[in-house]
Amino acid sequence: MGILFASPWIIGFCLFLAYPLLSSLFYSFTNFSVLRTPHWIGVSNYKELLSDDVFHLTLKNTLTFTAASVPLATIFAILLAMLLNTKTKGMAFYRTIFYIPSLVPMVALGVLWLWVFNGHYGLLNEGLGRIGLPTPPWLTDPAWSKWTLVIISVWGTGNAMVIYLAGLQDVPQSLYEAAEIDGAKVIGKTIHVTIPMISPVILFNVIMGIIGSMQTFALPYVMFPGGQPARSTYFFSMYLYDNAFQFQRMGYASALGWVMFAITLALTGIALKFSSKHVHYEGG
Amino acid sequence: MNRNSVSHKRFGRGKTPPLPSAGEVGESEERRRTGREGENHNRKSPYVNGHGASKSTLICHKRRRLVLRQAAVQAALIGLSIFFLLPLIWMLVTAIKPLNETMTSPPVWIPSKLQWQNFSDAFAYNSKDLGYIPFLVYGRNTLFVTCLAVIGSVISNSLVAYSFARIRWKGREWLFGMTLATMMVPGPVLMVPMYALFKEFGWIGTFRPLWVPSFFGSAFNIFLLRQFLRTIPIDLSEAAKLDGASEWRTFIDVIIPLTRPALVVVAVFTFLWAWNDFMGPLLYLTDQQTFTLSMGLQFFQSQHTGTPWNLLMAASLIVVVPVIVVFFFAQRVFIQGIATTGMKG
Repeated sequence: MGILFASPWIIGFCLFLAYPLLSSLFYSFTNFSVLRTPHWIGVSNYKELLSDDVFHLTLKNTLTFTAASVPLATIFAILLAMLLNTKTKGMAFYRTIFYIPSLVPMVALGVLWLWVFNGHYGLLNEGLGRIGLPTPPWLTDPAWSKWTLVIISVWGTGNAMVIYLAGLQDVPQSLYEAAEIDGAKVIGKTIHVTIPMISPVILFNVIMGIIGSMQTFALPYVMFPGGQPARSTYFFSMYLYDNAFQFQRMGYASALGWVMFAITLALTGIALKFSSKHVHYEGG
Repeated sequence: MNRNSVSHKRFGRGKTPPLPSAGEVGESEERRRTGREGENHNRKSPYVNGHGASKSTLICHKRRRLVLRQAAVQAALIGLSIFFLLPLIWMLVTAIKPLNETMTSPPVWIPSKLQWQNFSDAFAYNSKDLGYIPFLVYGRNTLFVTCLAVIGSVISNSLVAYSFARIRWKGREWLFGMTLATMMVPGPVLMVPMYALFKEFGWIGTFRPLWVPSFFGSAFNIFLLRQFLRTIPIDLSEAAKLDGASEWRTFIDVIIPLTRPALVVVAVFTFLWAWNDFMGPLLYLTDQQTFTLSMGLQFFQSQHTGTPWNLLMAASLIVVVPVIVVFFFAQRVFIQGIATTGMKG
């Protein structure tokens, strides 16, 4: 009976997850493309990856973006949640406002930010120029283009913020009272009570953030076609897509996919390992 | 003050289910018995405890600091609201202004006239290089795919989650573990094999790759619903079965009515995912007439690097507004749903 109820997922799991994963592993050892039947070529695809400069560049871009956006978005989301958790007036209202940006569909988000970051008539540079700050060419300078994407990811951090807020509301008030008796001020309470108590939530969000930003696709695809300027925003999944559907090299693209999977697992493993020392679980 | 923190608790932990409905009272009564009701009561504001003390100067001092801190918090919140809302307001302003007021320095905040015609122009954009860009057709396509995905997702995920949460069978824990593990698989890994699979089915160029998989469940929604279903006392099912109800009747008549808030969350998540999906349509839709709104917007934008910003913003707004409307209708349930996903259960 249980299997009958679970049958949609058993079929879906086999057909749309297990089978594609296994066939992708198989394809990665072949010269598969839409046009021809796959031929076994051993580890050539993986060997080619080692000397593929574009692959190295996209990997570097993706890791740089992840290394910048995940910590920044995490810190920002925690600060926002702490601010909202001060039991201030209009908390529900502000929470809605902070959350709305993360709802905006990726393509619309890209178009909107192209307009805001526009070097000549963009709102951002208008504002920065007005208060005497530098007005960098956000979209056309390779040194700035990645930061453009980081700013957008920080802007859309509402999902994580809501999760942190729920975590903060679960911290027992008695712990803060105890810390106050010990003479702790705001910063002390944050470091010794808040952060340890929400550390499992931080771990969850950081892992989700790593998985998400490792596969960033739609936003750079819309904002920076071809990873322009100077391929500074050419990300891993864009290269994978181009190999599969522009260069007709689906076997090679599959190998890229498995490398992405392996790197994601490795980064998650590092996060978990790091967390085993620092994450505090209530009740063991 | 305190009421706020209580009412934002995630659902299923002894609080009234978020969506009010007929028969609600009886349901929440049932749930309260399982919930950890007590945990909410010890969350009093720290300041409450300070009152009633005899040292009035200390209270005065404390209160002034409290007022100052409140003012600082409010100022920060207002500043941040501007940071979050300004780009969206700018989108709205640009969408309703005439073209010659888009590229100006300083920017025009209040258009000289409200050009609503931008929306109809964007809906049926006709240019000599591109031909006709039928946003109305794209809207219909998107709605079609999204509705089917939502229906499929609610049906399949509730069945599967029920099986994982409330029926014992061999291999259940193993499959559930595998299900959680698959949440780690990055989407792009599946790009090539899924394309190959749908090509095998002859589905490339149709909407089927975009909605059929929803009828087979998704790991994330199964997890979400299972967490919720586990909070419903098992006695309810056992009572129904003593009355002679089959597993199916128990599911339909007893469990589903209690699961409504969680089903709304799954429906809204699926709606957002299907409405926002870009990679799926990019891979599987070949004919311009079958594009979805996201695809159409990207196509529209890529052909016009930067000229009719007012029309581009109007088109973007058409994509964004339905999402925000849905969010406002389901807001409470939805925010609690997101909060739940980050919690251990």
